[in-house]
Amino acid sequence: MIPAAFDYKRAGSAEEAIALIGQHGDEAKFLAGGHSLIPLMKLRLAQPTVLVDIGRVKDLSYVKDAGNHIAIGALTRHMDVEKSPVLKQHVPLLAHAASHVGDAQVRHRGTIGGSIAHADPASDLPATTLALGATYVVQGPNGKREIAAKDFYRGFLESALAPDEMLVEIKVPKMNGAGWSFQKFNRRAQDWAIVGVAAWRNNGTSGVALVNMGSTPVLAAAVSAALSSGASVADAANRAADDAEPQSDLNASVEYRTHLAKVLVRRALEEASK
Amino acid sequence: MKVSITINGTVQSHDVEPRTLLVHYIREHAHLTGTNIGCDTSSCGACTVHLDGEAVKSCTILAAQADGGSVTTIEGLSKNGEMHPMQKAFMENHGLQCGYCTPGMVMAAIGLLNENPKPTDEEVRLGLEGNLCRCTGYHNIVKSVLAAAKK
Repeated sequence: MIPAAFDYKRAGSAEEAIALIGQHGDEAKFLAGGHSLIPLMKLRLAQPTVLVDIGRVKDLSYVKDAGNHIAIGALTRHMDVEKSPVLKQHVPLLAHAASHVGDAQVRHRGTIGGSIAHADPASDLPATTLALGATYVVQGPNGKREIAAKDFYRGFLESALAPDEMLVEIKVPKMNGAGWSFQKFNRRAQDWAIVGVAAWRNNGTSGVALVNMGSTPVLAAAVSAALSSGASVADAANRAADDAEPQSDLNASVEYRTHLAKVLVRRALEEASK
Repeated sequence: MKVSITINGTVQSHDVEPRTLLVHYIREHAHLTGTNIGCDTSSCGACTVHLDGEAVKSCTILAAQADGGSVTTIEGLSKNGEMHPMQKAFMENHGLQCGYCTPGMVMAAIGLLNENPKPTDEEVRLGLEGNLCRCTGYHNIVKSVLAAAKK
């Protein structure tokens, strides 16, 4: 399968990329690792007329300890997130979740920023960074602004990014020794999750987010609220789908997804409570 | 657009459309047909090659993205007529049946050992999760990779 024809522009910096996108308007798309976009283009579900390749903007590939949070460049590949000693130490949930994205070949190319900007509710890293209370730094023609993960996801493959804005950095709070768990239920290796859960717990606080339980990644706020008011893990897990609006598809009905979310949240909280 | 990629040590420069996928560049412009196209949806791994030393799925990369890079395909593995140890291990352990997945499987397996030279059985299975064998010959494929790791 071959994508529809497009013009190819290569950017050497974030500024150049944003200027190029600005020139070409709504029909232009950023190309990072391409592992979400190119498959859609091959199926002709996406037909951008211009691609701005940001894959060579190497100064946006980094993992830095920034005091109370870790700063991750948007073009950091999944494999580098997975293997980062800094993330393994301070945000182990994210490093672990990255190891569940696709397969080794996909993780060599796909980037954390590409995955988040694509805003697929079935992807692992949007929900994981949502659970962790991350902040996304985006850059446009007039400079940078920050968007909390909980305000970023607006609808299916829709985010708060303006057409001429580029995600440049992900700021993830350090977990400070919190217990955590990542649950991914799928039928075959390398598949997207039918339902997934990213969760952490530390003293009275917690964060739980769901993969593939609606048109956006879902923060399971009712679960955290139940936990902080003293509910047991089992009772809190029963609230797993309260904030979700799952849909039926070939893999699972709404009822089955709701059941899975409760079971997986219970397992995640049990593991995170150890 | 003009794209130059070093494939198996030889610089290949061709004028291609921006939408040309790396796998088509390798097969139709460089005329190296050892790399197979299987599912064409980044699932099966038949098209796996090494780009700058790492296993990637060449059906999901534009040739333009690999411009200036270095690619190794299954044809680039043998040295002086001698098969690569991984190829030998597949032969000796019956790691192939129909052979369609084999070029991608071998490239993925070499990539795996580059990153984890002494994997366990479990790590080989996880490491090759991006490669499907429709003959379901997985046991002997894993055996082949473990045998190659011992060499």
